[in-house]
Formats: sequence, C-alpha cells, structure tokens
Amino acid sequence: MTTAATKAGTRTAKAKPATMAQALGRALRDAMAEDPAVHVLGEDVGTLGGVFRITDGLAKEFGDDRCTDTPLAEAGILGAAVGMAMYGLRPVVEMQFDAFAYPAFEQLMSHVAKMRNRTGGAMPLPITVRVPYGGGIGGVEHHSDSSEAYYMATPGLHVVTPATVDDAYGLLRASIASDDPVVFLEPKRLYWSKADWSPETPAAVGPIGEAVVRRTGRSATLITYGPSLPVCMEAAEAAVAEGWDLEVVDLRSLVPFDDETVAASVRRTGRAVVVHESPGFGGPGGEIAARITERCFHHLEAPVLRVAGFDIPYPPPMLERHHLPGVDRVLDAVARLQWEADS
Amino acid sequence: MTVQELPGAATYRPTPPPAWKPITDPAPLLPDPEPYRVLGTDAIADVDPELLLRLHAELVRGRRYNTQATALTKQGRLAVYPSSTGQEACEIAAALVLEERDWLFPSYRDTLAAVARGLDPVEALTLLRGDRHTGYDPREHRIAPLCTPLATQLPHAVGLAHAARLKGDDVVALAMVGDGGTSEGDFHEALNFAAVWKAPVVFLVQNNGFAISVPLAKQTAAPSLAHKAVGYGMPGRLVDGNDAPAVHQVLSEAVARARRGGGPTLIEAVTYRMEAHTNADDATRYRVDSEIEAWRAHDPVQLLERELTGRGLLDDEGIAQAKEAAERMAAALRDRMNADPELVPMDLFTHVYAEQTSQLQEQAAALRAELDAEQDHDHSAEEGR
Ligand SMILES: Cc1ncc(C[n+]2csc(CCOP(=O)(O)OP(=O)(O)O)c2C)c(N)n1
Repeated sequence: MTTAATKAGTRTAKAKPATMAQALGRALRDAMAEDPAVHVLGEDVGTLGGVFRITDGLAKEFGDDRCTDTPLAEAGILGAAVGMAMYGLRPVVEMQFDAFAYPAFEQLMSHVAKMRNRTGGAMPLPITVRVPYGGGIGGVEHHSDSSEAYYMATPGLHVVTPATVDDAYGLLRASIASDDPVVFLEPKRLYWSKADWSPETPAAVGPIGEAVVRRTGRSATLITYGPSLPVCMEAAEAAVAEGWDLEVVDLRSLVPFDDETVAASVRRTGRAVVVHESPGFGGPGGEIAARITERCFHHLEAPVLRVAGFDIPYPPPMLERHHLPGVDRVLDAVARLQWEADS
Repeated sequence: MTVQELPGAATYRPTPPPAWKPITDPAPLLPDPEPYRVLGTDAIADVDPELLLRLHAELVRGRRYNTQATALTKQGRLAVYPSSTGQEACEIAAALVLEERDWLFPSYRDTLAAVARGLDPVEALTLLRGDRHTGYDPREHRIAPLCTPLATQLPHAVGLAHAARLKGDDVVALAMVGDGGTSEGDFHEALNFAAVWKAPVVFLVQNNGFAISVPLAKQTAAPSLAHKAVGYGMPGRLVDGNDAPAVHQVLSEAVARARRGGGPTLIEAVTYRMEAHTNADDATRYRVDSEIEAWRAHDPVQLLERELTGRGLLDDEGIAQAKEAAERMAAALRDRMNADPELVPMDLFTHVYAEQTSQLQEQAAALRAELDAEQDHDHSAEEGR
C-alpha cells in the first residue's frame, strides 16, 4: 500500500468551514510548493482555475510552466504527462469531466497503467489523473458518468475517491506522492460539501488502500464510497427508527481494495449492502459482493445486496433523482436482508 | 431573389472582424516538392567521408541484423519480427544523429534504430521473443520502450522534450512512426502539442508505402505526409528515405533546430518495406513483384555502396570488412538467442505496483503453491522411474 509519510502538522490555526473543492486546491498547492517536480496540466486549469476552480491561483503562484493550459486533447494531455513523468516530473492531470476522459483511455490503459510493468520496474509513472465524476449536480449529457469500473478493471492503476473534506486533502497528497499512477475520482456533488477544517495545518496525508468505518453498528454493514457516503450516513440515521443499527464503511480506495476492513465489519454484522451510483451490472458492487461472499460466507445471515444506479446511460438532469440511489432505496435493501432469519 | 435585389444590398459591406488575422505565410513551412537527395548530387561533396563510411558499415550491419532476426522467427526463437529491410537508412540515421543525452521513441518496427543507438541486440528483442515486454532500462539508454499501439509514443516524446526544456536541459526527442500511424489521433495531438509548446521534438515518418496491406493512397488525401506539418505551424521536410546521407542531413538539421529552441519538425522519409509486414503476413495479396523490383534498384545499402566505390572511398576489401563485421554480429546474436531465456513466473506480480496490493500477494501465494506442487510432482515422478 502506498502510504505516504504522515505529515506531523500541529493544528494551531483555528478550524473553519471549508469545502472539498478548497481542500483539493490546497492539496495541489502544498504539493507544488513542496516539490518542484509537481506540474499541473489540463484544459482551463490556468487563468480560469479549472471549471470547478480546483486549480484556482496555481498558475499565478507557480507560473504557466507549472500549471499549464493545454490544447484541447485528452489523449495528448495524458500522453504528454507520460513523457513528462519519464523525465522525472510528477504530473497531475485534470480531466474536465468524467465522460471527457474517454479519449485518453488508450494512453491510460496501454501506457499509464502498464509502463512500470512493461519495463520490469525500471520506469514507474507517478501520474495523478484527477477526474470529476458522478451526477447529482443537474449536469447535461456527458457530465455525470461514473466510470470507476473501467479504471478498477485495469491492473497498474490505483483508484481512489474521497468522500470527506479531510480525505480530499489527504488522499490527493498521497496520490501525488505515490510512485504509481492514481486515478483520483472527485465526487462532483460533494465539491461544495463543507467541514470544519484548518487549511493552515491540513489533515494527515494518505493513506491509499485503507477503508474507514464512518459509523459503527451491529445489524448490517453499508459499504460505499465517494458520492454515496452521505446517502448511506443519512440512511443509517433513519434506520435507527426501524431498530436497525447500521455500520457504514467508506472504502476511499477501490484499488487497492481493503478486504480486511470490509470483511471484519461484515463478520461483525453478518449482513451487507454495497451502495454506489454507477450502473450495477459489471459495476464495483458485484466485485465487492463476490469478495465478501468468498471471505465471510459462514458469517453471512443473508445474501450480499447491491444498491446501484440503473443500468442505463446517465439520464437527463430532470430525471436523475430517479436514477441515483437515495436513502429510501438503501433502506429498502436493508429491509430485504432476511431479518426473520435472525429471530 | 438574388442578393443584388435586396434593398440596400448595393451599399452593404460587412464590417471587418476586429483585430484577428490568420498567419498567411506558411510558405517556409511547406516541404519541397521533391524528396531531398544527397547521393548522386553535388551535395555529396560536403559530407564528411568518415560519416559516409560509418553509415555504410552500419547499414550493412543493420541489413544483416534484419535477415538474422527474420531467420530466428523461422527457427521459432522469435514470436514475430517486423523487418526493416529496405528502411535501414532511416533507422541508422535516426540513431546516429542523436547525442547521448537525447531520447529515441521507436515503434515496434524500429528495433534496428535502438540497436544502432547502442542497445544490446538481445535486449532489443525480448519483446519479440516473448519473455519480457521491454528488456532494457529506458532511462539508461534513453530509448523509450518499443511501442506497439500506433502513434501513442508520439505524445510521450513531446512530454519528455517539454519536461527537459523546462528543466533547462538541451535534450531533443526523436519520435518514429509509420505512414499508417499518421492517421491516428495521437499523431495529430502530438504534433499540435509540440508546435504549441515549441517542444524540441523531431517526428520521423517512415513512409514505407503500406500499413500492413493498406497503401498510402487509402490512408491520406494529403499531397505528402510532410505537408501535414503546415497546419500545425511547423516545417515539413521530404527526404529520400533510402539515401542515408540525405536522411542524416535532414534529421541533423531538424535536431539542431530543436536544440536551439526552434521547435519541432515533421520529416517524411519516402522509403519501401521490402519484406512483408511481419513474417506472419502474406504480402503477395496486396502488392506485385514489379513494384518490389523497382525499389530493389533503389536499395539503400547498394546506393551508398555504389556512390562510395565510385568516389574511391570504398573498395572490395572495405566492403568485405563491413560484411565480416556484420557476420560476427549475426553469429553472436544467433548464439545468444539460441539459449533459452530464463523465465521467473513470480515476476508476474513484481512490477505491477511499487508495492504489491493484498490482492496480488494472495494471487502470488497461490501461484507459488502451484509451482511448488508441480515441482513435487516432477520429483516424485523422477523417483518413481
Ligand atoms: C492503435 C493500433 N491499431 C492497430 C494496430 C495493428 N497494426 C499493427 S501495425 C499496423 C500497420 C501500421 O502501419 P504503418 O504505421 O505504416 O507502419 P509500418 O508497419 O508500415 O512500419 C497495424 C494496423 C496497432 N498496432 N495499433
């Protein structure tokens, strides 16, 4: 597991509400200040600061050579980043939206993911690919895809996604520090989520590959990540009224996958629901359910269930609320966990 | 109703757009209408005889390398070999114009350029033998892995050259691609990036007439591939790819231009693929013997040899010496390739990530157990005999 050294930051400055977007920007800034090899490149990342303003101020502070507005060409951006990494830089690439990363798949699959392996370890590529992903912000066509399954299915890539302001900072720092390529999925609809945070002395860096239990419970485990974490937390609170005490695991890292934390939780609770908004068929939930079944079969009181987006192209914004798994759908699944067998 | 009949149309003048004007002088970017040649022209007088002899020796060696590697496919020692016979002048010039600090970005056909740059002939073949993907450390030789997905190495060359320039190093990247590869999106994106960034990159297109079976005419409607440079705002050069000193000269000029901050150049070397696409391809399906024969009369090794003997720079003894050196190289290559490569199955898991994930650790343990069981089985089988 690529666990970057934890930064011993004494929290002197007072915590103030900060958004995930601010934490991400701060992580980029700190990484660039610390290591001159870190370069940011992408579409509109310079003067504009990115369409989500994550790179705001970087070009001003570090110059156009460190935070570069590239021509409009995703394969070119990522391909150039490969060459830059070959020469010792640590490029951080911004893909403007999930569905616009697809032109760069060739570079990602054939080169970014494989370079270390095909050179027998001689040429690692420390590239971070930031991809704003998922829906729930009323975006039109091609602005709301959840593409994590494609990335997860590609050996050689790390795939991480934060769900909290602290993790946004910590995981992005760890991703940039990683000697392996990381696909860093940013849940768009959490960009403006807030938490008390001390930007002067930000949270710890990393770790990649460790899930975290966000809420302890003993009736069942909700396993989720990124945009679906707040949904699951809300569902867990609502479930109290039904007499269910739900545990919530935030994966944070899809690759590597923290089998241990997940299995330990499911062994405690005996029931599990995987929740994500990307389509269920061929999606991350199937893989996670299979892993749980393999490891926890004798502890399971019920089949592992999945609550996912429908198996449809992402719908138009006025219909997306029907597609996205919400609290009710999660609770419905929890209700289907064969509670009668428990009595 | 015509425009003239419109009320007030006679006096109507569209307002000119503000400020913006296109750059209307691409003339210096356009390639010459004929490929540049040195052999058989006055230009040969300016070429250093030492260089000519070096080119000759390398061409002879390169030709022998190609025939030896092709022979190794017939013996089953190589899974496949895309021969560059007929294209040696491009391969050798690509290797010789670069300084040690420069980088080469070869395609799968450019084994010869990598070897001419000094790479161990066996290490250069591991990809094609099938024991390893890249048998060498790219950083040590400054040769990127031989690239199979077409044109995808071109943006890497741009990124590397750009990074070197940002660091203040006067490093040039030379990227090689085939005529078919110029149709790929990555070719376009790489050229555009290089021109916008003024990256010190030289793009060498070896136009060998075919992309597997598809002739150039079905690949592009451009007057030449070198013409494509103009749209990106970089110079395009057209050169006879079988004329070794001409290719060397054109590449040298482009490398020098890139090194002094002049930006990228696109060079089209017109050449011909004498053999099939690979040993697995049947070239009789898409081309006729007469075409090959015409190109045989324009063989890069023969062209140079004739010029050098004609000028008294090379005699029969010199030719024999070059051939002997090539034979020694071929014999050594044969010997070394006849030894079975050492395969380490556990290496499958070693270089996927810097540190193995728990998933890979589990899979590695499972394979280890399988291997141990196999070994036990072999032992007991032996004992039972
Ligand atoms: C992206 C991609 N598409 C298809 C192929 C399969 N393929 C291998 S070589 C080749 C023809 C390439 O022709 P050209 O670029 O002219 O190079 P040449 O083989 O003639 O040197 C094709 C289609 C590939 N390697 N990569």
